[in-house]
Amino acid sequence: MSSYLLSIPVICALLSSVISLGAKQSARVARIGSFLLLGIGGMVAAYTGFYVLIEHQILTQDIMLGLPWMHWHLRLDMLSALFFIIIGVVSCAASLFGIGYTREFESTAYGFMPLGFFTGLFMAGMLGVLIADDALIFMISWEIMSLASYFLVTFQHTQAANRSAGFLYLLMAHLGGLAILLAFGILAGMGSGEFNFGFSFNEMRQHSNITPFWANLAVGLSLFGFGMKAGLVPAHAWLPEAHPVAPSHISALMSGVMLKVAIYGFMRVTFDLVSTLSLHWSWGVVLISIGGASALLGILYALMQNDLKRLLAYSSIENVGIIFISLGLCLLFHSQNSPALASLSMIAALYHILNHSIFKSLLFLSAGAVLHNTHERNLEQMGGLIRRVPYTAFFFLIGSLSIAALPPFNGFVSEWLTFQAALQTTGLQSGVLRTLIPFSAALLALTSALSATCFVKLYGTAFLGQPRSKHVKHAHEIDNGMRVAQGVLAFLCLLLGIFPTTVISILEVIPREFIGFELPNVSAEGWLWLTPISPGVASYSAPLVLLSIVTVWGLGYLLLHDPKKSRISPAWDCGFGGGTPRMQYTAAAFAMPIRRIFKPVWKVKEQIEEQKEITLHSKRIDYKLEISDRSWTTLYLPIAAVVNYCARTLGYIQTGNIRTYLSYSFFTLLFLLWLIT
Amino acid sequence: MELSLFANWFLAGLQTLLLITLAPLLLGWIRACKAMLHNHAPASLWQPYRDLRKFFRKEVVVADGASWLFRATPYIVLGTMILSAGVVPLVATDLPTAAIADVIVLTSFFALARFFSALAAMDTGTAFGGMGASREMMLSSLAEPAMLMAVFTLSMTASTTNLSSTIEYLLQHGLVLRPSFIFAALGLMMVAIAETGRIPIDNPSTHLELTMVHEAMILEYSGRHLGLIEWAHQIKLMVYGVLIANLFIPWGIATTLTPEALGIGVLAIIGKLMILGLVLAVYETTLAKLRLFRAPDYLSFAFLLSLLGMLSHVILEVG
Repeated sequence: MSSYLLSIPVICALLSSVISLGAKQSARVARIGSFLLLGIGGMVAAYTGFYVLIEHQILTQDIMLGLPWMHWHLRLDMLSALFFIIIGVVSCAASLFGIGYTREFESTAYGFMPLGFFTGLFMAGMLGVLIADDALIFMISWEIMSLASYFLVTFQHTQAANRSAGFLYLLMAHLGGLAILLAFGILAGMGSGEFNFGFSFNEMRQHSNITPFWANLAVGLSLFGFGMKAGLVPAHAWLPEAHPVAPSHISALMSGVMLKVAIYGFMRVTFDLVSTLSLHWSWGVVLISIGGASALLGILYALMQNDLKRLLAYSSIENVGIIFISLGLCLLFHSQNSPALASLSMIAALYHILNHSIFKSLLFLSAGAVLHNTHERNLEQMGGLIRRVPYTAFFFLIGSLSIAALPPFNGFVSEWLTFQAALQTTGLQSGVLRTLIPFSAALLALTSALSATCFVKLYGTAFLGQPRSKHVKHAHEIDNGMRVAQGVLAFLCLLLGIFPTTVISILEVIPREFIGFELPNVSAEGWLWLTPISPGVASYSAPLVLLSIVTVWGLGYLLLHDPKKSRISPAWDCGFGGGTPRMQYTAAAFAMPIRRIFKPVWKVKEQIEEQKEITLHSKRIDYKLEISDRSWTTLYLPIAAVVNYCARTLGYIQTGNIRTYLSYSFFTLLFLLWLIT
Repeated sequence: MELSLFANWFLAGLQTLLLITLAPLLLGWIRACKAMLHNHAPASLWQPYRDLRKFFRKEVVVADGASWLFRATPYIVLGTMILSAGVVPLVATDLPTAAIADVIVLTSFFALARFFSALAAMDTGTAFGGMGASREMMLSSLAEPAMLMAVFTLSMTASTTNLSSTIEYLLQHGLVLRPSFIFAALGLMMVAIAETGRIPIDNPSTHLELTMVHEAMILEYSGRHLGLIEWAHQIKLMVYGVLIANLFIPWGIATTLTPEALGIGVLAIIGKLMILGLVLAVYETTLAKLRLFRAPDYLSFAFLLSLLGMLSHVILEVG
């Protein structure tokens, strides 16, 4: 009975996309019905995931569909169960938010129909990737996910920027898809004997005779394919173009969940399908380097963005980088025979995957609420929103605290676990590794400090201070559904931060399945104390931290607060009078010191034009600042130029003359005949 | 057993209380040393206490348009600082509060306090607030990795990130000259100076628009709010002082909870902090404040020192 739980969420998602086809008849019914079904699907998915993780029962199902000699194999094990929970929770929140958020699209030219239709397909695709137990279903679902999300990115297609972002996204998705297909091809073909392809994951797992060369090549291809989808540097440039232009609840799903599905794919291939021990140890170093570069560059680029949603998209690159650092540590420790540390790193990675999907969805939903209210994405036009949209501002604050890795919220726990793993290098043989790993920890420290700076900038300019434009000044609070959706995610951020021992005791089964080791001492001192390695090495008690801060706050407030002794008066304006909102620090000004310190990272074009009067006083100053991604000019454009050149050169053989084409066919036939004989 | 557990928590609370009440005195001592070096007649050592009392009595003036964040921040900042005071072993090791948070968590407590101060600074919508917040966040982004690198060196030696266990490890292994420790100590001191807003990074006794960092952030605060923030800042200075004193010169700290050992512990930490305060005063007197954009060089030097510390640990001290 319970194995049917696997397909119910997918069916719900498909039904939801069918229902929204009726938007022409009654837009309201279609909208509410499709989101309701998505929400139900999400709940069932989350329940199924919990069921598998807690009961330790792997669900499998064979469906008599597909090719005659190959049925559809579905399977939900511990790893995919965690991602099932993530999809379930985030899609519940996104549907709750979407009901109110998409109301305005009904009356626009775009209409609700394509949005609802492709949202359902997108969800079904992501769920399908997770339950796939053979390469065929995996690739089909993967393509459905990519294509559906392309239509969601280009939903507001009348803007040229959205169309070109969508095209870039489609291109990159297919390049990545090709690499993944090749990786599966290698795993299916090279493990077993010749021409006896085993496309089901079960057969791939049993291929013991795959040579290390092919195993490493498969992992390399899957790193390329999945890494491209996950937004790793240097193939990241499509992500900040595509994610922000989709409607906000879709951005939440893309950044919060779809990136995680790509990471899931990579983990499935690396830890499950290929035997981890046949991998070369340097894969760990590769992952740490790529992850470190993504984390640092991601956050540095995020710091320079003044578009709210673009900033969040760049910060997703940073977080994917952090996850890959942990995965790299895991591979490295595993290859050096320290399974305890490998499990710790894997738990750190999984915890961060969970955390990032929660807080990034929260931040995108809150950004959507701001967008819904003000139709403004530019930070330089915002300000003072904490007084206009207090709930959204509060939830966004919690999201920012979590993403900046501050205790007692959830982002801190996963980062702390990564630090703990990175500091236990004394057991390693190689001196280079003993240095490299703590250095990656320092990089992580720099990244998290910069991300705190980034979110102070974002929160300070958007929500605090004085409004910088009229439409922001008259923003109004959003409806209840959108508020509850954010509230639930914000509450989860706190919960995941306060009870890490409970979360880890559930997650523990995943490294046990893939590394064969679980952490014995995580809750050695009870649920209150998180002690990942042993109580003597390190401990952290999030509940007590929260309790102490609240106690001191309460005590201080009780003892000192005296409403009689406070007065409201204008802020200090240096005695000149008349401070205006334009005098506030802008987002660009806030990030200027960082821009100056890490100058070579960006391609910066700064122009100051000053018109002077005869008295040498400036009449008017124009300031222009353009910051562009270096990967465009150094990677994307050269590749595009090469492709264009090849295409043009090849174009010469297309004469448009039928006789030439016939002679091409003739000579090809001749060549093939010669080849056979 | 139950009784001793209770007594331990009680002692830990007492130690925290001692740290937060002594914190203004340390500032008074540094100021007195500086005044003497400048050939001034020093103000009383108790002056910081008098200032705090004055702040707590005065009325609060809140800028119009400031949100709840502005009013809540002083309490959050003080709460976080008291929590970090509870985590650091001042007089005795092996107290139960030390297990609440290790040194990495301690750094992020500072980060939490800084996050809220910077937000509160931007809340009033004045140019000063944003300027102070931007500079403070820039400096700390560079200081935090340097600090973590320095403490990582220690925790790799002791193979623990718990402060109390690190100190116990160092005491057990006696006086061994470790090059990594010298580098780490220097790095941590430079970070401490930057993070507590002292010369050459920031000047605590000026309100010059061009140069101020920390003072620009708290410009809009007054009355009890300012008192809370000032006190929190003094606690932060004290925590850094205790961290340096007890990690690099651990001798004297009580490892058993007998009255004699605790007495020696109190005397030892007072002596160590007096010396550190004097060193800081001399350092501040001999140096001039750096230009803001020279500060990254200073901090990357601190990072480099800490990195050297870790490299020398890896190369020289592990077999």
